[in-house]
Amino acid sequence: MEITREDIVHLADLSDFALCDTEIDSLGSDLKGIIGYISQLEELDTAVIEPTYQVFEMENVWRSDEAIPQDANREQLLALAKEEKDNQVKVPKVL
Amino acid sequence: MKIADKNISAEKMVREALDKAKKYSGYNIFTFLNEENAIKKAREIDEKIARGEEVGRLAGVPYALKDNFLSPDGQTTASAHILEGFVSPVTATAVKKLEDEGAIMIGRTNMDAFAHGSSTENSYYGPTSNAHDCERVAGGSSGGSAVAVALGIVEFATGTDTGGSIRQPASFNGVYGLKPTYGTISRYGVVAMASSTDCIGFFTKTPDDMDLLMEVTSGQDPKDMTTLPDYYNNTKGMPTEGAKIGVIKDFDNNSVHPGIRKALAQKVELLKSKGHEIVELTMPVLKYALAAYYIIVPAEIASNLSRYDGVRYGFRAKGSEDLDALYKNTRSEGFMPENKRRIMIGNFVLSSGFYDAYFLKAAKARTLIVQEYEKAFERCDYILSPVTPNPAFKLGEKTDDPVDMYLGDIMTVPLNLAGIPGLTVPAGKTESGLAIGLQLVGPRRSDKNLIRFSKELQDE
Repeated sequence: MEITREDIVHLADLSDFALCDTEIDSLGSDLKGIIGYISQLEELDTAVIEPTYQVFEMENVWRSDEAIPQDANREQLLALAKEEKDNQVKVPKVL
Repeated sequence: MKIADKNISAEKMVREALDKAKKYSGYNIFTFLNEENAIKKAREIDEKIARGEEVGRLAGVPYALKDNFLSPDGQTTASAHILEGFVSPVTATAVKKLEDEGAIMIGRTNMDAFAHGSSTENSYYGPTSNAHDCERVAGGSSGGSAVAVALGIVEFATGTDTGGSIRQPASFNGVYGLKPTYGTISRYGVVAMASSTDCIGFFTKTPDDMDLLMEVTSGQDPKDMTTLPDYYNNTKGMPTEGAKIGVIKDFDNNSVHPGIRKALAQKVELLKSKGHEIVELTMPVLKYALAAYYIIVPAEIASNLSRYDGVRYGFRAKGSEDLDALYKNTRSEGFMPENKRRIMIGNFVLSSGFYDAYFLKAAKARTLIVQEYEKAFERCDYILSPVTPNPAFKLGEKTDDPVDMYLGDIMTVPLNLAGIPGLTVPAGKTESGLAIGLQLVGPRRSDKNLIRFSKELQDE
């Protein structure tokens, strides 16, 4: 399938990347190659096949609705942020 | 493996390992050396021994930790710029279990950033060299861990295997490497790549060491809802005599290196001479596993790596005007090109208009792969195959061609999609001296018997 430069810019935006022109070109060419390869799945007949999303024989795992102490406390977690003010993580303006 | 006792102190073993790590610094194996804490922990164990107290099954054993396991010892960066400066307040369950038995982490090992890669060349800290040829790759993504064991710096090292990241570097460096059944060891506190295929495992020099590490670390963990109820330590031993070994006909062709084909043929003869039966298998669906893998895994990566935004921990780009720019600048500077490729492919296969043709199609292909193995294990007990089509390649040889790099994973990824265990077993060297490994594969939950049976592959 045809992947355009606009598609690459759109994917970069979905991925929260700010890419320069050279990067759009190089990633674009890599992505075209990868998409070309993975498109070979078209050959496989899967008309009557159910999808598999996990291989864990998963069942719902329940526990009682009680607060349990976690491995890290508020102070430890806040200490990891680059900027902090009044017990909150500080970021640049949102709007 | 040797553990500390009255005759050999933990401190001596740890200091020897640290000295070796420094001696081999040119290989770029470690992203961090845990000198101070390791020696402190060793002394505590030695004091316990001197007092006659009981010590753990891994007392004083130095080990290397892949840099994507969380622990308060050193930064956990997953060899990625975006996690620079992150010292975890949390300890991974696997690390806790190892250290409760007295194992001592002497350093964190280099890897492809976020475990995206097959050569350790995608590390923010530069590539690791192969243990047997400095001009060649260590393999990956757990390259540092494999080389640390191959050079005898440590008795064992941890790894993670999402599509071959333990088995392939084990093969490239000539050591044992196990990817267990999905859900055998808790993933709690390990940097997530693709949650439905990520597995924790080890590099060792012997099958017995592997068995001991599995005994220590396997089991259900309330902090990882995908861990299986404990089966490893309750496994009923299968007789190692008269086993049926499957050999995949589809993997026996000219695209496989002659040295690897020869090694496989020799081991097949060895097994026959020991009274085992060889069963020829045709598994045509496996050739689609790589395409399915490079759809499903990037999709999970795109979701799992959306959390890295520069807000709560790790690297934050400077000079961003608003929050949106902060996200974009941090992620653009903080991820390696391979991380970006995988995140963008993931968002592509999940995006509206392409979901059915790619992600859903791959999930259906995954069903066929699971069924292909189920059929195979009706006819045999284990499968023996190459790990990779070729031995370790030259540094830089494949960095400009991502698809060529991916093609080397063709024999390892099907196991991750099916959730079944695979053990890399060293099988000699090529004529030019490069390590060769073979992959012993079993059905789900056969891990203990698989490790035991691997001894049948040792020459008498």
